[in-house]
Amino acid sequence: MNSRIRAIVPAAGLVLLAAVPLAAALLDQPFYLDLVRRIMIFAIAALSLNLILGYGGMISFGHAAYLGVGAYAVGVLAHYGINDGYLQWALAIGASALVALAIGAISIRTSGVYFIMITLAFTQMLYYLGISIEEYGGDDGMRLQVKSQFPGLIDLNDANAFYYLVLAILVLALFLGQRLVDSRFGMVIRAAKSNEVRTRSIGFSPYPYRLAAFVIAGAVCGLAGALLVNHTAYLTPEFMNWTRSGELMFMVILGGMESIAGPVLGAFALLLLEDALSGWTQHWQLVLGPLLVLSVLFLKRGLAGLVFAKNE
Amino acid sequence: MNLFLVLEQALNGLQLGVMLFLMAAGLTLVFGIMNLVNLAHGSFYMVGAYLATYFYQATGSYLLGVSLGLAGTLAVGVAVELVALRTLYERPHLDQVLATFGLILFFNELAAILWGRAAIYTTLPDYLAGHVELFAGLRYPLYRLVIIAVGLAVAGLLWFVVARTRLGMLIRAGASNRAMVAALGVNVRLLYTLVFGFGAALAGLAGLMSGPIHVVQPGMGELILIEVFVVIVIGGIGSIRGALAGALIVGMADTLGRAFVRPMLATVLSRTAADTAGPALASMLIYLLMAIVLALKPQGLFPARA
Amino acid sequence: MNRTLLEVRGLRKSFGALLASDDVDLEVLEGETHAIIGPNGAGKTTLISQLAGNLFPDRGRVLFAGEDITALSAPARARRGFARSFQITSIYPDFTALENVMLAVQAHSGSSFRFWRPAREEPSLRSAASAILEEVGLGGRSGVLAANLAHGEQRALEIATALATRPRLLLLDEPVAGMGVEETQRMIALLSFLKGGKTLILVEHDMDAVFSLADRISVLVYGRIIATGAPEEIRANPEVRRAYLGEEVAA
Repeated sequence: MNSRIRAIVPAAGLVLLAAVPLAAALLDQPFYLDLVRRIMIFAIAALSLNLILGYGGMISFGHAAYLGVGAYAVGVLAHYGINDGYLQWALAIGASALVALAIGAISIRTSGVYFIMITLAFTQMLYYLGISIEEYGGDDGMRLQVKSQFPGLIDLNDANAFYYLVLAILVLALFLGQRLVDSRFGMVIRAAKSNEVRTRSIGFSPYPYRLAAFVIAGAVCGLAGALLVNHTAYLTPEFMNWTRSGELMFMVILGGMESIAGPVLGAFALLLLEDALSGWTQHWQLVLGPLLVLSVLFLKRGLAGLVFAKNE
Repeated sequence: MNLFLVLEQALNGLQLGVMLFLMAAGLTLVFGIMNLVNLAHGSFYMVGAYLATYFYQATGSYLLGVSLGLAGTLAVGVAVELVALRTLYERPHLDQVLATFGLILFFNELAAILWGRAAIYTTLPDYLAGHVELFAGLRYPLYRLVIIAVGLAVAGLLWFVVARTRLGMLIRAGASNRAMVAALGVNVRLLYTLVFGFGAALAGLAGLMSGPIHVVQPGMGELILIEVFVVIVIGGIGSIRGALAGALIVGMADTLGRAFVRPMLATVLSRTAADTAGPALASMLIYLLMAIVLALKPQGLFPARA
Repeated sequence: MNRTLLEVRGLRKSFGALLASDDVDLEVLEGETHAIIGPNGAGKTTLISQLAGNLFPDRGRVLFAGEDITALSAPARARRGFARSFQITSIYPDFTALENVMLAVQAHSGSSFRFWRPAREEPSLRSAASAILEEVGLGGRSGVLAANLAHGEQRALEIATALATRPRLLLLDEPVAGMGVEETQRMIALLSFLKGGKTLILVEHDMDAVFSLADRISVLVYGRIIATGAPEEIRANPEVRRAYLGEEVAA
């Protein structure tokens, strides 16, 4: 019964997502295409955060940094007239990985509340850096004049094609993420979260594994940043705002940290809720805030915990 | 470089430092004693600023406004502790971070509803406006001097309370051994509520003093909160001494950096390069400082528990 | 049989005014079961933490198989064949018994920077881990979450985890602590089975366990080793009797 649900829910989800462009066209509501595409991009970012947060136990409050770095990599290259998508996205991934390496190298030496504050502070540093560089628009940001070019492969100006590309990347990220957490490497980071002392005593130094996971998560989130800037066609330091990091964390927690697909559920729940509330009142955060508090207090295993009852 | 300019900026740095200290003291105590990471601490900063401004305008008396603002923030702090945070003490840090993040959204939106999203500029009463001539050639705003004096006085008072009173003894004991304090028959819940409320009031004090210098607007608390995190990480979590040292270091570094990094770069780089790199570097300075401290002393300069 | 495997020379560690390890000298021979006993507060925990690399001495040296390991971290010592169990059971509660042991096997068989193949499905990890679970009597419990095992089973699982690292030396910190009579008997049987093939350091309060298992015993009092010798020597040693064993054993 349970295993059947486990097989059906993701498949049904994939079919639903694949049908969105058709439904949006039939209903003549292109807005939905836009909304779901945006949600899927954040789902990729939340999924990457879950690798270190849910599986690695590293409470990074600065994951929006890599959204920003990925977006700036694309935006800055475009600013200088380089629109080649392969180059842009490769830089987005590479630069995010490098930034994650630097931030991770320092912050993973610490733990607990230090780690939370440090990851938050470094992301704020990048945010202020973005604001202070007038060449790239300062705090106003700048328009992405031309979307990433993938000649012969895909045209991101085609809303449907872009949508399916994001969907494909999301599915790929889910698949690779599942491989990763089940691999030897994944077992080590999960073990280090579960019992660090025991892990050290059997011969693993958690640091290099955690750092590698941190870098992988940063790189994947950088790709989400490259998608996001193409989606909004606008680049702004707000991508790195600390509230963005908080939202990503919420997606992970809301969805449930114990599965790869949880954060995807969380991204849909949070962003659809935001969308519904903001359509209802401009003061939607007044409602959202307490709802989030309540979800922390009462929804301990996340939405995925509601869908999939515990095995044993 | 003009010596007076350096001195003036150093005073500005000191002033920012004492503000950061007022924030950091409450945050670090709450963490040290209740093991609670409270992101919503910045909200008390904002609440203090709004309430004082509101009461000042309503009553026409600055002192009354400040007093009511402080009392109001204390009340809000106690209410938040009783309603929401009390249940979080035993929860993991992750839950605390998320729940208090939710509180921030709530408070910022509430402020926007009550007073609007636009920034409010507040004025000072005549007796606090104007400048003082510290010595020939250096005139400095009286109000900033008052902030420095108040900040240092509070720091001294806090030292006295923590080091010399029974309450302080409980606070220090609570930071190192919660169970023992409970075993002494102390009403731990009441102690927690008290500490939390006064921590909130200190943040409110910082906020209401900052009002006339900066602007009062929703979200004002979070920008300073993240700087306060840097302060606490540098100083060492749970330590009042560390909070003071960290606050002064960060206040100075940030202020002097913004004033002098660009002109200093201009002496070695081209003017345009300095104009680009200067502000960027200045804005990153305290974070780089934090990275250096962490690399050398991962527990901060004054670790609370050796 | 008589080669020295672990050698401790002049180990000193103080916490403020408290001298927890006071010039400790200790020699553990290859193949022997060496018990360390001592009253509460004698500094046993401090000593074994320094042996395992969880704590570093102020002075003195620790040699393992002739190599100076004084400055090595716990994982580095583990990779050289130094395994331990903890006084308070240290396992992965949210992993199955088999996964607990597989992780330890994995730590000592090739690189763990492998990202693609599911570790659970590696036959070599599985078979090695299953064999060890069988050895400690948990063969039928391999699929159970470690959190759901009984206390005695968890202790056995921890020992299985340590064994899975194929250690040259196994340090057991109070392996029968908190166990009932029957569980204790089972654990002593398990340890007797391991004894001989492995070098064991046994830190234990339970004197039945110590005297039935140990080849040699060292007595730690106030941070100092006051005597080392065969069980009957220790039993007869007047200083030990006065300082520690008291009448219960002498009787």
